[in-house]
Amino acid sequence: MSTATASPTTLKALARDMRADIIRMISAAGNGHPGGSLSVIDLLTVLYWKFLKHDPHKPDWRDRDRLILSKGHACPALYTVMAYRGYFPKELLMTLRKLGSPLQGHPDRLRLPGIEFSSGSLGQGLSVGLGMAISAKMDKASWKTYVVLGDGELQEGQCWEAFMAAPKFQLDNLVAIVDHNNGQIDGPVDQVMAIEPLADKLRAFNWEVQSVDGHDLAAIEKALAKAQKAGGKPHAIIAKTVKGKGVSFMEHNIAWHGNAPKKEDADKAVKEIHHG
Amino acid sequence: MAKATRESFGETILEVAADDPRLVVLDADLSKSTMTQAFMKKYPARHLELGIAEQNMIGVAAGLALSGKVPVLTSFACFLIGRLENIRVSAAYNRTNMKLVGTHAGIGIGEDGTSQMGLEDVAAMRALPNMVVLQPADHEETKQAVRWMISHEGPVYIRLTRQKMADLHGPGYEWGFNKIDVVFEPAKKPAKYQATIVSSGGPVPHAVEAAKELEKKGFAVRVANASTLSPFDGEAIARFAKDSQRIVTVEDHNVNGGLGSAVCEAACEHGTSLPVVRLGLREFGESAAPEQLYEKYGLTAPAIAEACLKNLG
Repeated sequence: MSTATASPTTLKALARDMRADIIRMISAAGNGHPGGSLSVIDLLTVLYWKFLKHDPHKPDWRDRDRLILSKGHACPALYTVMAYRGYFPKELLMTLRKLGSPLQGHPDRLRLPGIEFSSGSLGQGLSVGLGMAISAKMDKASWKTYVVLGDGELQEGQCWEAFMAAPKFQLDNLVAIVDHNNGQIDGPVDQVMAIEPLADKLRAFNWEVQSVDGHDLAAIEKALAKAQKAGGKPHAIIAKTVKGKGVSFMEHNIAWHGNAPKKEDADKAVKEIHHG
Repeated sequence: MAKATRESFGETILEVAADDPRLVVLDADLSKSTMTQAFMKKYPARHLELGIAEQNMIGVAAGLALSGKVPVLTSFACFLIGRLENIRVSAAYNRTNMKLVGTHAGIGIGEDGTSQMGLEDVAAMRALPNMVVLQPADHEETKQAVRWMISHEGPVYIRLTRQKMADLHGPGYEWGFNKIDVVFEPAKKPAKYQATIVSSGGPVPHAVEAAKELEKKGFAVRVANASTLSPFDGEAIARFAKDSQRIVTVEDHNVNGGLGSAVCEAACEHGTSLPVVRLGLREFGESAAPEQLYEKYGLTAPAIAEACLKNLG
């Protein structure tokens, strides 16, 4: 089992390095999704360094915590976190989306050990997380299930079937984290198909709900700590984030949802990430 | 004794559950129809009622499978296939060890009408890599197929009838995965059969009846039963092609993409020039008694016998 010893300053530095690698790998791939990867990376960083019980050298360890990246298009962030945690060599990151690479355009559990579920078709991850959490309850096991969802993803009806079902099974071992960056391909989420008032909706569905700044590592850690509570209710964390966070010309710009930066832009982005 | 294959399934999972603690059953408000009530009563802690929300049920099953359980989810065939993309990703692409049980196959459901009839499910499921598709035709076959399904590692779809099915197999019968078996032979083996009928599920007894009637009239027709629809035993079709003048397929499903298509594909891929006559649905169904519908849509003995003999254009 891995231990969580990284200090907040180390984590911040790690997140910065990983942002740069996300840009590099998507640029090398020639396509991919930088916007949502940069919005979710801080959440994944805190999860993988501070909360997940896992063993990168034994990804199928039975009692590990499970994490599903339901917004599978943000996998460059997940791959980077996994590489930094030691699941595979960092060099592999530059093979993203290339023929034969285990780093598929969307996560593939059968090609990359450590991926819990092959996601990419939005809406399915939370249901799968429910199944995992139910299984842990049946076995009286203590491992937890974390599901990271996009906010646009919540327009899928299946998410609401899952939100409805989780309290029935008293899944307090399940944490759903919404990367609420208010951006999707066709425009701002609140214009394409509004999901607000999200916190109220989830509370009405009988979830424990917290809202947090999704780029404040300490705040994320506090919220996740609170979500460890076994009170009989599933936990939701609505993380307010910025699409493209960390690269000024990508931030809040929907054009960077699914576009890879050309070399010049990538260099500019990496420089900015490192030097502000 | 005649039994609906859904009943045989319900009995079998109850038996298997006693020895296999991994088995979990999921329902979407149709447990009374899909015959999982006995399981629910005996193993309440291993039964999940998910309500009328099939796509969530499919995802939950995937999560259970990925955590070491063997989830068996049930609904009407049509309602499962309505969630094809969920099945594609959560079951087939992830290769999760989940079992999808689609009951009330085809027009055999009868009076409830078209919206409740699974008529395209085999076609869709056959197109999915990793997915095994089974359709047993009687009690014994269902029992053995269900046991195999639970022991098999990977996603399986099994298609079951609402209507009762007469016993097709005698004692000592051994079901074989991906094996088309002959369930009726004329008493005198001919040099060349007028036809070999390949059927699956609900219409199989009607095919046997047709072959018996034809035998009385001096025609040699045998009946084969395809209980594994994906993968498919193409070798058997190639063998039939050698000693038959034609193949007639009979299915309670749309002819496009189902058994009829599987037989045509196999016949072509094995280089045969054998004509194939496909009986089955080419349109939606309607409301009526199941037997009336089987007659109207050409799945009863007279229509099958005619297809075995009529001139091919």
